[in-house]
Amino acid sequence: MKILEAIGGGVTRGLAYVGGLTMQFWSGLCASPKVLPVLGKRERWRTAIRQMAVIGVDALPMVGIMSVCAGFILAMQTGAELRRFGALQYVMDVIAVGFTRELGPLLTAFVVSGRSGSAISAEIGTMVVTSEIDALRTMALDPIEFVLAPKCVAAMIAVPCLSIMSNAFGILAGSGFMYISTRITLAMYLRYVANSIVMRDVFTGLLKSLVFAAIIVNVGCLEGFRVRGGPDAVGRAATSAVVWSTFFVILADVFFTAIFYMVP
Amino acid sequence: MADAMISVNGLTVVYGSHRVLDNVNLDIQQGEVMVLLGGSGSGKSTMLRHIVGLERPTAGTVRVRGVDINRCSANELKAIRRTMGVAFQEAALFNSMSVEENVGLPMHELTTLADPIIEIMTYVKLAAVGLGGAGKLLPQELSGGMKKRAAVARATALDPEILVFDEPSAGLDPIVAAGLDELILFLKRAFHMTMLVVTHELASAFRIADRVAMLYKGSLIAVDTKESFQKSTHPRIRQFLDRLPDPIVESTAVQERFRELAGMAGEKV
Repeated sequence: MKILEAIGGGVTRGLAYVGGLTMQFWSGLCASPKVLPVLGKRERWRTAIRQMAVIGVDALPMVGIMSVCAGFILAMQTGAELRRFGALQYVMDVIAVGFTRELGPLLTAFVVSGRSGSAISAEIGTMVVTSEIDALRTMALDPIEFVLAPKCVAAMIAVPCLSIMSNAFGILAGSGFMYISTRITLAMYLRYVANSIVMRDVFTGLLKSLVFAAIIVNVGCLEGFRVRGGPDAVGRAATSAVVWSTFFVILADVFFTAIFYMVP
Repeated sequence: MADAMISVNGLTVVYGSHRVLDNVNLDIQQGEVMVLLGGSGSGKSTMLRHIVGLERPTAGTVRVRGVDINRCSANELKAIRRTMGVAFQEAALFNSMSVEENVGLPMHELTTLADPIIEIMTYVKLAAVGLGGAGKLLPQELSGGMKKRAAVARATALDPEILVFDEPSAGLDPIVAAGLDELILFLKRAFHMTMLVVTHELASAFRIADRVAMLYKGSLIAVDTKESFQKSTHPRIRQFLDRLPDPIVESTAVQERFRELAGMAGEKV
């Protein structure tokens, strides 16, 4: 009976978490127009621009390094196998398709989750602990509009941009491998890659990035808003934010990949 | 008597099996300073959080200017909150903003005033609490007393009819605490605000209060003028006023636990 109780409790808590996440996402979506230029408030848009710098620009070096490494690893691993069949040139296809469809958005999501997801939950958690969220509510200001919406809009603009940069870095890393192994010049490599890339892949990758951004910000904010207690709870929230956002990003990736696989 | 500015009726708050507030009734009239006294864990802060609408009670109602804040619409609650200012115990200033940005925030967000007007109003509010020259500082650059005064300036930004203070003197030295008392009295005189002050500092309470209410284990045991309150013969009030400690080892349960720890459970000593 205790096992069943534990399973039931776990399922109930999981459903409550997803329900809370969905409701928060919907509230954030409704509040998003108030962040946009012209439609929204100037202060919100300014906050969103600052957040874009933090989420996007500051993460660029890390995304770049990881993408170059991943591109090189992918090229070497596939190259070792394809060389046996005399099909080394297909490494370029693998890298182009692999990054635009999958690796670019996924690597970017992991970096943003680790950097910004944890930072967002720690920031909001600290605001909860120091009664700043309560202060907002007593001032008749909506914490979702004031705190979440600018971060969400910022991430949904910055993360797809980062994803494009990740694609570029990864593909360029592949050119290094191809030059070393077959003396293919950068110009030739880029021409070949340009022929391999399908716009559908680029758009599906960007669509995934958009969803990943929404997941990372909303999980980070939810973990922050749920903080109760003191500084140790803030630390736990930051860890949970990274773990849960990575988990949901992978789940969403499986879901979207399955859909794009089934829809030719 | 005129309709109360704040009216608490049958307020009951239960967390799990713990009854934090039990059928509390309290009316606060327009323009009066009501001080809510009580020891640690008596339910003061919980009551304050329910009065400002941060939490929903298990039972009972809280009416502000006649509106039940737990059953009104979101827009009505927003309108009510615009007439209330809250100064939190830890000040709750936004650390990413300067002091003047903190004070100007409600005006930027909730009014259509032009920026230069907001700038002037912000300076007026800061000057009223003696922080005219500290507007550009960040909250982490302020002392404890300055933070609390900045929080009061922000709470008064929209000229509220009701001001709520949570432990305004906590953690402050007597001189700074006395300064805050004078500030509260000044705000009352100048703007005729209705104030609820939650505290356990007796000197401060009797300096600023028109009436005093005392919570003990979640129940109100007194609501009276400060003069009558000071003359009370209620044992708990006397203990509080005369600063008499509870006995450290008072129960047989504690002694029984000592016996258990010593491996002598059930033995008669």
